[in-house]
Parts: sequence; structure tokens; C-alpha cells
Amino acid sequence: MNSADTSFILICAALVMFMTPGLALFYGGMVRSKNVLATIMQSFIMLGLVSIVWAVIGYTLAFGTDIGGFIGGMDFFALNGVGMDTLNSPADNLPHLLFMIFQCMFAVITPALITGAFAERMKFGALVIFSTLWIILVYAPMCHWVWGGGWMGAHGALDFAGGAVVHMSSASAALAACLVMGKRKGYGKEPFIPHNLPMTLLGAGILWFGWFGFNAGSALAANGLAANAFVTTHLAAAAAVLGWLLVETMHGGKPTTLGAASGAVAGLVAITPAAGFVTPMASIVIGFGGGAICYGGVLLKSVFKYDDSLDVVGIHGLGGTFGAIATGLFASIGAEGLFYGNASQLWIQIESCLATWGYCFAVSWILFKLIDKFYGLRPSEEAEVAGLDVSEHSEAGYQI
Amino acid sequence: MRKIEIIVRPFKIDDVKDAIAGLGLKGMTVTEVKGFGRQGGHKEVYRGAEYQVDFIAKTKIEIVVDAERVPEVIEAVREAAMTGKVGDGKIFVIPVEDVVRIRTGETGLEAI
Repeated sequence: MNSADTSFILICAALVMFMTPGLALFYGGMVRSKNVLATIMQSFIMLGLVSIVWAVIGYTLAFGTDIGGFIGGMDFFALNGVGMDTLNSPADNLPHLLFMIFQCMFAVITPALITGAFAERMKFGALVIFSTLWIILVYAPMCHWVWGGGWMGAHGALDFAGGAVVHMSSASAALAACLVMGKRKGYGKEPFIPHNLPMTLLGAGILWFGWFGFNAGSALAANGLAANAFVTTHLAAAAAVLGWLLVETMHGGKPTTLGAASGAVAGLVAITPAAGFVTPMASIVIGFGGGAICYGGVLLKSVFKYDDSLDVVGIHGLGGTFGAIATGLFASIGAEGLFYGNASQLWIQIESCLATWGYCFAVSWILFKLIDKFYGLRPSEEAEVAGLDVSEHSEAGYQI
Repeated sequence: MRKIEIIVRPFKIDDVKDAIAGLGLKGMTVTEVKGFGRQGGHKEVYRGAEYQVDFIAKTKIEIVVDAERVPEVIEAVREAAMTGKVGDGKIFVIPVEDVVRIRTGETGLEAI
């Protein structure tokens, strides 16, 4: 066990935990005031729900002894054998419990990311059922494939901090949600305007801050690789703010604050798979490209006519996919991408994107369909128009 | 007596107040209002999606004056509130039957 690494990852786990309430504010500001609490709750509940699911069964499915490259075994069920020392820890410099809780924070925020797709139109009970099953059937296998000894990692796919595990997986579930659930009542006929953009910008700032734990912590040690990931993360987000705003100004005439916040998140998403594999200068290119591409991504929903309330597909889906492919182009630290003479890495990255999208979309789509059939995904029209704060939680966000 | 309702751009409120006070008139009621005239609303853009916002913030000033003073009030307010661009506002003149000062019970011009 290494105490410097241990202290660093303890802090990183706390930083990643803070991203979920940050996401709650980021999303909460973008919905109408009658849905602010319900939207915040959809993220916040994951801290309670997913943490327990993860400790009991999710962790062992992700990091238990490999079964056929697809899933982990039951060795760590209910944290059996996950202790204060490094015994059986996937990171032999960290207490097993610390590795588990660091991974837990990733598991918490991932289903929270999906909620942006169906914000303002899902029953709370349906969300709880979906998220529980999704962690077990989608997230844990994905996590195992990439980091837990599964086939994707063995195949050589590069995913430093979760481009596939976190961002593409949540975005493909988000796309499935949009298609199964349909549009919000009144979508396209009345304006759905963010009710509190300062809240959204604060949330984006917290996400940026927490992302240092997400990416630098994924080095799993307090070392130069962590420093590299910290720097690439920051520079990519910075460049993405500029990339988004440049395209936005050329397209729409003015740089918006929502654009700056969205660009930052797009850059953070794009650098996530690459953070430990690329140089700082490459990260600027990846961030700038991520910001510009995701600006286009959010316009897709008006082209394809689906209602992705808060642009999970456009930002996490496109940003994550772009980042994974860019990793195959720019990787130069610990692996070589196309620009460093290894064309096969790019192909592996593309394969991993297709597998992630295919598996996560299919299982999520089936889950949404089943829950819709047996429980119902959406509240009544009357409840939706009244707002989910009152109809689902008997509360109002603001007393004005 | 006449009630004059003046709808102006919010940033002009101080100029209009000073113009009215410069005529020796005392008292006014000010309300923040929203509406649109010939200029229509304005455009807001969120992540590339444009929304037309129909109602623009304006300030409404209400004063009651002796009917004889209406032309000079209108002139002073126009001068103070005008920018020359679409959206400068409107002035409405409405007959007033009576005015009562609550504290003293005075009525009519005495009560203004």
C-alpha cells in the first residue's frame, strides 16, 4: 500500500462525488422552474440508490473474477473480501475499499447523466427501477469490459477515465429513452427555456472541478500520469469553451453563457477517454474539436426530431465518441495512435465505440420498454403540465 | 382632470421623472410592465435553438394632472423618453372623474 497514492485517491473519490450534485445544478438550471426539484432529485437520488446497489452487487459484477470476458463473478458480493488492505485490490497500491468507493462515484454519476434526456417527463418510481436495473445490466458489464478484466480492455481499447463506460453508455441509454418515451408535452409548440442559467453555470463549474478527480484520479496513483491527466483535462475544457463559442458566434451571432458551460462539459467529456494517453497540446486539439462538434451535436435533435431535453446525446454521446476516436489518433503516452504510426489502435477504438453503443442502447431500450409496460414511464399529462415538483414530490422549488 | 399613462423604456425612467418634476408636478405611480408594440418581441437563443419572446420589459408611469396641463406634460415626457428608435413607448390620456386624498378627504384638483 502506498500512503501518498491512498490519500490522493481518497480526495479524488470525494471530488468525483461532488460532480453529482454539480450535475444536479447544471441540469436543474436548464429546466423550467416547475421541474427544478424533480430534475435535481433525479441526480441526487443516485448518491443514495446507486451507492447501495454498487456496494451490494454492482462492484462484484464489475471487478469480480472474470467470466468469459463479459462479467465479473460473485467473489466480492456485498463487499465480501473487500477490505482495508490491498488484498485482491485491482490497484495493488490502494486499499481495496478505496478502489471500490472511487469506482462507486463513477457508477453514481453515470445514470445521473442519462436523466438529462428525459428531464421534465419521467415518473420518479420508474427512474428508481430503471437505474437499479441499468447499473446491474449495463453499467457493471461495461465497467468490467473496459477496466475489470473484460474483453474490451483485453482487446486493447483505450479508455482512460470512462469515455465508453460513462459517457457513451449514458448517451446511448439517453437516446433509447428519447425514442421510447417520446417528446415532452408541448415540445416544439411552446418555448422550453432554462429557468436559471446562473445555477447551470455554477453546476458546470463544479463539474469541471470534480472532473480533476475523475480524470487525474484515474491514474490510480499520485504520480506524473495523474499530473498529465489533470493538465490535459483542464486544457481540453478550456479549449472547448473557445471552440463552442467560436462556432456558436459564427452560427448564431452571439456567444452565450449556456454555450460556454456546455462547451466546457463537452471538452471534459471528449478528453475523458484520452486524458492519460495524450500530451497537453493534443488535448487542446481534442477539446477544441469536442466543443465545436458538440455544438453541432445539440442541433441534431431538431434535425432528427427527438426530444433530448438537456442534450445528453449531443454532448456526452458525440463528445464521448469523438474523444474515444481521438484517443486512437493522438495517443502517445503508454500507447500509440494513428498519428504515432499505429493505425490499428484507431480501428480498435472504433470497434469499442460500436460495441458500446450497440450493447448499451439495446439493453437500455429493452429496459425502458419493459418498465413502460409494467409500471409506466411517464406521469399523466395533467401531472406533467403541473410540473413534476408538485406532482411527483409535493414540493415547489420557489416560493415567490 | 386627466390621468396620463406613460409607457417608456426602463432606462428612461429617471429622465422622465425629472422632466415631470421639472414642471412642478408632484407624485407618480411607477410599475414594471411587459408588452409589445410595433417592434415586436426579441429573440433568445439556447444551445442553438431560437425562441421568440413576445413581451419586452417596459416601465409604466401614471400621473393625474389638471386637464390644462396635459399638452406641456406630453411635450416634456416625449422629449425625455424619446430615443428615435422603434419601441420608445406610448402616452395615454384618460379622463378622470374625481380624486380623493385619503388622509384629508380633499377632492378634485385639491387632492392631486
